[in-house]
Amino acid sequence: MTDLDIAPAPTTREGEPAPNDDEWEAPRPRPRWGQRALVWVPALVLVAFFVVPFGLMLATSFYRRVSGGFYEPAFTTDSWARLASDFYVGRTLYSVRVCLLVAALTTAVAFPFTWFLTRMRARRQVPLLIMILAALTLSEVIVAFSWNLILGRASGITNVLVWVGVMSEPKALTPGLGAVVAGLAYIAFPYCVITLFPSLKRIDRELTDAAGTLGASPSRTFRTIVVPLARSSVLAAFLLVFVFTLGSYIVAQVLGRPEHWTLSVFISDQALFNANVPFAAAMAMLLTVISLTVVGGVSFAASRRARLESV
Amino acid sequence: MSALATGVATAAAPADPAVGDAGGLLLEGIEKRFGAVRAVDGVSLRIPSGKLVSFLGPSGCGKTTLLRLIAGLDTPDAGRIVLDGEDVTARPAHRRDIGMVFQSLALFPHLDVNRNIGYSLKLRHTAKAVIAERVEELLALVDLDGLGERSVRKLSGGQRQRVAIARALARDPSLFLLDEPMSALDANLREALQVELRLLQQRLGITTVMVTHDQREAMTMSDVVVLLNAGKVEQAGPPLELFRKPRSAFAARFMGPTNLLEARVVGRDVVRVGIRDVHLEPGAHDKVVGAEVLLSVRPGDAAVVTEGLDDDDTLRGEVVFVRDLGGTSECYVDCGLGGEPLVASGGGRVHQGVRQGDRVGVHLPATACVVVEP
Repeated sequence: MTDLDIAPAPTTREGEPAPNDDEWEAPRPRPRWGQRALVWVPALVLVAFFVVPFGLMLATSFYRRVSGGFYEPAFTTDSWARLASDFYVGRTLYSVRVCLLVAALTTAVAFPFTWFLTRMRARRQVPLLIMILAALTLSEVIVAFSWNLILGRASGITNVLVWVGVMSEPKALTPGLGAVVAGLAYIAFPYCVITLFPSLKRIDRELTDAAGTLGASPSRTFRTIVVPLARSSVLAAFLLVFVFTLGSYIVAQVLGRPEHWTLSVFISDQALFNANVPFAAAMAMLLTVISLTVVGGVSFAASRRARLESV
Repeated sequence: MSALATGVATAAAPADPAVGDAGGLLLEGIEKRFGAVRAVDGVSLRIPSGKLVSFLGPSGCGKTTLLRLIAGLDTPDAGRIVLDGEDVTARPAHRRDIGMVFQSLALFPHLDVNRNIGYSLKLRHTAKAVIAERVEELLALVDLDGLGERSVRKLSGGQRQRVAIARALARDPSLFLLDEPMSALDANLREALQVELRLLQQRLGITTVMVTHDQREAMTMSDVVVLLNAGKVEQAGPPLELFRKPRSAFAARFMGPTNLLEARVVGRDVVRVGIRDVHLEPGAHDKVVGAEVLLSVRPGDAAVVTEGLDDDDTLRGEVVFVRDLGGTSECYVDCGLGGEPLVASGGGRVHQGVRQGDRVGVHLPATACVVVEP
């Protein structure tokens, strides 16, 4: 026996050996009022400024319109009946199609663009990012009228094409569906890029290098490695653009003829110019339901697919 | 051609008559700059086919850059890369016949083990049955039988390592590249896998270039060690040659613990350290009498003695510390030379009774003293 005073191994009260570090968990402190407020205050704000207006809107869609631009509380399904007419069902489907087209185009351009942006050295990457973020500061009105100029006959891009010799005489490209799609895509593009940027940035350079050393060309690497790894964020960007453009009304109004108007244009038209707030409320409800349905449906399909693949 | 000639001469393993001019990998005057930094600064080497060569050096010495240039992941600013007699300098990675294991392993997280390993074969439109057969074969080669269906996220560190090796070898490349392949593993596993990977490389006879900062790993696995410093080849040769005959203080220190002693040449094969003459092996240096030189002595070669303290080749001093590790023990001896005390652990355990404060001698045998460039 040595007479060194060595403390015995730590034990718990019951005399069992102390638990492993891995298993040991610190007792959770009870949340204080300040911490609880961090959860409750935003929740209350969300209720006050989203759920309540939503309810008011729903109620308004059943109100009766009275002449002179007012409406009174009532319960009538006039607005909803009008919304169910062939014309408005057609406009609704048209809006969804246009916005899906814009979302698809924007994502298709922004995805490869953002990929190359994340692979650039910081010296070139930062100015480009700043330019893209700067585009976010432009108001929709300015963008719409700028595109009107760019696509117009007097000063538009077709003059350049004539000068180059591609076209014989300048031509107005606006109003038209092409102009609406171009304007919407332009506004949505920066949002699409900043949605994709973080997740594409996270894709380790060694993964694409590895594909290269295994014989994959850069385009093959993009298709077999980058696309599968970025799928969920591409989907998120697509949905963001879809919902965003579905709610945009200035671009379609400025750059399109009435036959190119989306549902949002009709909402502003009814609320601001025809003074039919109950009908505008009904269309707004429909728009919200469509957005939620598409987002929910796509998310469900994606998570289902991810679950199937993980098995 | 002169720079190339020295590079080839120093890097080539002990003359192997089977290696023709065409085989293996040839680097000629490779340079790579990043801005003002010369990451690789004129490296010329011949790597004979079937050998394992490691690039060893501290971080920032250019070893990984050089490996990326060989892989085709970067292009050199100057120089030529010749693989099996073919100039591949301008070819991107996907058109070179290589397999590479990355530091992060870079397993594709969205693919299972089978698909990771079969990736390169699928790219070449190999028939499914052939891929399956080859993948089975590779799984057996790296002892992962039966794990093909597993997601790579659900593998242990060692298993992931093996998948990365199997994937790199899948299409039977003519060059196998390893970028710090063990750095993600814990120490015990690393030691075991070093041996295993070396045996695998020898069995397959595949030309291999490995990058490491771990001197022990380089010595365990390599036929030839290329020591890099600031983008240049500091010294190249078989591992033991670098350990025993370092040409510079940098090489001496990097290859293991050493004592560096200032000395003055006093005669042919004799130098003076402090007040004592120390004999060297014949031809150990080509300096004139009076020149200042630096001696490198490994602790294991320096023996503590308690008799013959006034003999030649023995430095007198006082023991300032004894590190006894059971199997080995090291004496820290202050010989009045200034600087760090000498560390001596040679001569078995003859100095077992030595205690802190004792006056002892440190015997430096001629074979242990190497004259190095400062």
